[in-house]
Amino acid sequence: MTTPAIGPDWLRGLRRRPEVTPVAGAFAVWLFFALIAGGTGFLTTQGTANYLEVAAQLGIITIAVTLLMIAGEFDLSVGSMLGAAGVLMAYPVVELGWPLWAGMGFAFAGASLVGLINGLLVIRTALPSFIVTLASLFILRGVTIAFTHDVTGGATQVGGVDEATAGSFLRSALAGELLGLPAAVFWWIAMTLVASVVLAKSRFGNWVYGAGGDADAASKLGVPVARVKVILFVLTALSATLVATIGVLVNGAADVQQGQLKEFQAITAAVIGGTLLTGGYGTVIGGAFGALIFGMVSQGIFFTGADADWFQAFLGAMLLSAVLVNRYVTRHAQAAS
Amino acid sequence: MNAPLRSPAIEAHAISKRFGQVEALHDVTLSAPTGAVTCLLGDNGAGKSTLIKVLSGVFRPDSGQLLVRGSEVSFASPRQALDAGVSTVFQDLATIPLMSIVRNFFLGREPLRASRLVDWDAAERTARAALGEMGITLRDGSQPVGTLSGGERQSLAIARALHFGASVLILDEPTSALGVREAANALRHVETARDRGIAVILITHNVTHAYAVGDRFVVLDHGTVSAERSRADVTSSELQDLMSGSRELQELLRSTGTSD
Repeated sequence: MTTPAIGPDWLRGLRRRPEVTPVAGAFAVWLFFALIAGGTGFLTTQGTANYLEVAAQLGIITIAVTLLMIAGEFDLSVGSMLGAAGVLMAYPVVELGWPLWAGMGFAFAGASLVGLINGLLVIRTALPSFIVTLASLFILRGVTIAFTHDVTGGATQVGGVDEATAGSFLRSALAGELLGLPAAVFWWIAMTLVASVVLAKSRFGNWVYGAGGDADAASKLGVPVARVKVILFVLTALSATLVATIGVLVNGAADVQQGQLKEFQAITAAVIGGTLLTGGYGTVIGGAFGALIFGMVSQGIFFTGADADWFQAFLGAMLLSAVLVNRYVTRHAQAAS
Repeated sequence: MNAPLRSPAIEAHAISKRFGQVEALHDVTLSAPTGAVTCLLGDNGAGKSTLIKVLSGVFRPDSGQLLVRGSEVSFASPRQALDAGVSTVFQDLATIPLMSIVRNFFLGREPLRASRLVDWDAAERTARAALGEMGITLRDGSQPVGTLSGGERQSLAIARALHFGASVLILDEPTSALGVREAANALRHVETARDRGIAVILITHNVTHAYAVGDRFVVLDHGTVSAERSRADVTSSELQDLMSGSRELQELLRSTGTSD
């Protein structure tokens, strides 16, 4: 309109492409480890496959977590959902002799229910989703551990998944390898592309931005804000279940502690990817590069020969710089308001 | 100025609405004819905002009837009011600062291609044309709305309401947050809408602004209609007197010796 634009053209262009910063960040991190640990395996196919697998498993969850955060909500129960879904899927397959697809269907149904409860509780109580899903985090983890203890006579794992799923097509589709890369990487890339199109080009995607940008305004314009948010809580629980299934098939067992801290890792990846904590802004592609940075940093540290605990310090520093960049973006987007 | 008063596009009959112990609206009856500006006047707390929230589907009335073009309606959500052609420009404008101008314009009503994906190219062209009709040149549709001035956001909200085929356009205090020049511009938009044959309901507590464009005036006081006049029957100062609170203001002026 008639308002003079703020800053030079290229800078404004960048500000409207939230994925530019995480893409540049991912390249910088890759370059850093390539220079420092290039000779010790970071650049090999195996080294690449290692960090891509970590990135993919986190990245699949990050897609849903990013959408949910853009819509203005958090889900801290993702990690616990991962642990619960692993047991929900492995127990009937191993102990009751169900086929893999049935076990997965059972876990997806359970996850839908958890997502629905999370979503409806947040909408109906109007409490911050941070608190509601923090409660879910404890409840789900507690129930998973107690149930597993109970049915296994004190164990914390449901093992024997390899034997129970041997020869299954689903098993190779989820936990097999292609071109030397784990199947999860291809699922991650495909889902990222689909979700990216949905967010940028679908009606639902525009509603996600509206719901998080200003729920009241969006609802006055006819956006079904409650429905959008509940759907995203369900998608988040479903994405955790997919990753749980992949993890159980790769490890051969479901562990009650599986997925711990995944909720914070996914939020970290989303924020490094340019998503605002306050909602209304972010991209799926940005989140994918956030997960890639997470994968490269967590695996790259090993190749440098440094103490692996530096990983967390490194990650914290990246998170803080990402938040500062994001704040700069919002201030400029709202400069005249 | 004296547009002929045609059939009512929207009618509210005996609307009542309570919030706990407070009766915000009591037996309010109002109608807005097509091609005319109906001004809803009243002091803060008179029930203006509650009434328009009933008309726009944000609140459901406890009792009373709503009719749009003669047939009874019951709005469960703003979406249903929009679908019935009742479009509202809320005081907060319902624009989202971090979203682009084009995304804001079409939020909730995105145009689709055959592929079921949003046709953002057509959206940009349409928004450009609709804003152009309001005398605004859209330079860059992907600019965030947060970078616009209050008057520009007002124009965007009105252009959006008009574009989606509103037969009833409700404007809640469109001039209260604006400077003099921007307020005049907003009132010009009101006339544009009226000239297109739209039933405009203008909510304001500024009598000067109301009298500048209004064809009919309805005064709300403590949740009831206290006066109803058409333009031919009332002067600007009589209108001022009809508003509650103005008597207190005049007494204050007399006692401080600033009134003649």
